[in-house]
Amino acid sequence: MPEWIDIVWQPMQYPFMVRGLVAALIVGIICGIVGCFVVLRGMAFFGDAMSHSILPGLAIGYLIGGGARGPLFAWAMGTAIFVALAIGAITRSGRIKEDTAIGIIFAGMFALGVALISTGRSYSVDLMHFLFGDVLGVSWFDLLWTGLSGLIVVAILLLFYKEYLVLSFDETLARTLRLPSTTLYYSLLVLIAITIVTALQTVGVALMLAMLITPPATAFLLTRRLPAMMALSALIGAVSGVAGLYASFYAGIASGAAIVLICTAIFVVVLMFSRRHV
Amino acid sequence: MTVDTEHSSPPNTGTGREVPHSADAPILSVDQLTIRYGTATAIDDVSFTLQQGDHVAVIGPNGAGKSTLFKAIAGVIPTSSGTVRIGGSQPSGHICIAYLPQRSHIDWTFPVSVSDVVMMGRIGRLGWFRRPRQADRDWVQECLRLVRMDALADRPIRALSGGEQQRMFIARALAQEAELMLMDEVMTACDAPSQTEIYGILEQLKERQVTVLVSTHDLDDAAARFNQVMLLNRSLIGFGRPADVFQPDQLKQAYGGHLRLVETQAGTLILSDSCCGGGMSDDA
Repeated sequence: MPEWIDIVWQPMQYPFMVRGLVAALIVGIICGIVGCFVVLRGMAFFGDAMSHSILPGLAIGYLIGGGARGPLFAWAMGTAIFVALAIGAITRSGRIKEDTAIGIIFAGMFALGVALISTGRSYSVDLMHFLFGDVLGVSWFDLLWTGLSGLIVVAILLLFYKEYLVLSFDETLARTLRLPSTTLYYSLLVLIAITIVTALQTVGVALMLAMLITPPATAFLLTRRLPAMMALSALIGAVSGVAGLYASFYAGIASGAAIVLICTAIFVVVLMFSRRHV
Repeated sequence: MTVDTEHSSPPNTGTGREVPHSADAPILSVDQLTIRYGTATAIDDVSFTLQQGDHVAVIGPNGAGKSTLFKAIAGVIPTSSGTVRIGGSQPSGHICIAYLPQRSHIDWTFPVSVSDVVMMGRIGRLGWFRRPRQADRDWVQECLRLVRMDALADRPIRALSGGEQQRMFIARALAQEAELMLMDEVMTACDAPSQTEIYGILEQLKERQVTVLVSTHDLDDAAARFNQVMLLNRSLIGFGRPADVFQPDQLKQAYGGHLRLVETQAGTLILSDSCCGGGMSDDA
């Protein structure tokens, strides 16, 4: 048997690695697709704030469920959707500057999350998992939810593709065409929120942003049209997820960090070798 | 330009979200329109009426409320008092109004081609869940041909010149089947040949009975190229033929110190120093 097959095969003998690889693959694809809108709309800071603000939801789910995964997912999802709508409302009301308002919510929620988790017994280990992901701890139940919510997000995005495209490119056009631009805007925020929750266990709160923006930014450099950008971004996300997990297996480094480092490496290489095409 | 009649009408994809126009109502009537932002008044008691096919140059200093007026006509911002009527009913029921954005308000690195952008104009007619069909694609190509951009259909928008950007948006308005086009600073950042080209396209729009409002800083062109001029500085200072609107008193009232009027033997010479602000303060 050639050596490379052995390298690919060896981690597969561990069921937790198989589950981890499937999770990383799914998350890479979803984040790659949804992230295109985050990048094109200039919502990177929003994405970062969103993922950090989920922490108190995770903490409550964790404290209530005593570490069980089921309530964790539900609480994270509820918090994410709530925060997305709250930040969306602040963004549109404009009493204080948008980034300041988002920053206040982001830091406050994050602190609340840390405070809640610190009341638990295995404080530092759990906090590490929430912050940086625990892809090897993914259960079949988690995978089911990740796959299902990912499928729903991608389906909605494709179903309303032309509307989201107009909204993101020229909101005034969306309004003169009498599209429900406010509803579309909030629904996009909710889709991003769901995406973040599905990716939580893979890369964690602190590294989430990389999955949302690095593959799309890489694809942006290499493509001319949005459908191609979304497809390539999904591919880069998936490849980074899988390759990162292998790197983590062989080099013994944290999985979330390994995935993000692979994403970043691909971006840097592309940035150096792609000339700005016309 | 000769138009191949077989392809020069839009596909019959239905009326989408468009409310029928009342036959005896003017295409646009604005009545005592006032728009306030907090304590600031952007548009103050403006009234006028346009008939189908009218072309009007809207002039006034930066911050005169030109963009605000256009957006109120398009029905995308709330009005404080007064009414806007399109073909007899509220703007919110119409998808026949096209607002052409100032170029500085568009992200030109957005990964879309020229025909992608023009196709966006079809979405109001298509409705939910429906993808553009061949008839829509043909119409988009025809709209691009009308603005002489058909050769650039697949070009990424980041590779367009200023004039091509504006022609693309006119094509998008045509694809939208717009009967009223609001062109915000359409000539800004266009070189002289592009401006000539766009004025040629405006002539074609006139033949098609499309009503057009163009905001501009170029008083010379406004006077020379348009039959009607609207002088705006929050309130409507003048509206009518250029010779009637370009009166020293009215211009002074609109521009204040930004305009110098010199009496010469040939008539009144107008010197302006507020050209091409790039939409700094005009877009509130």
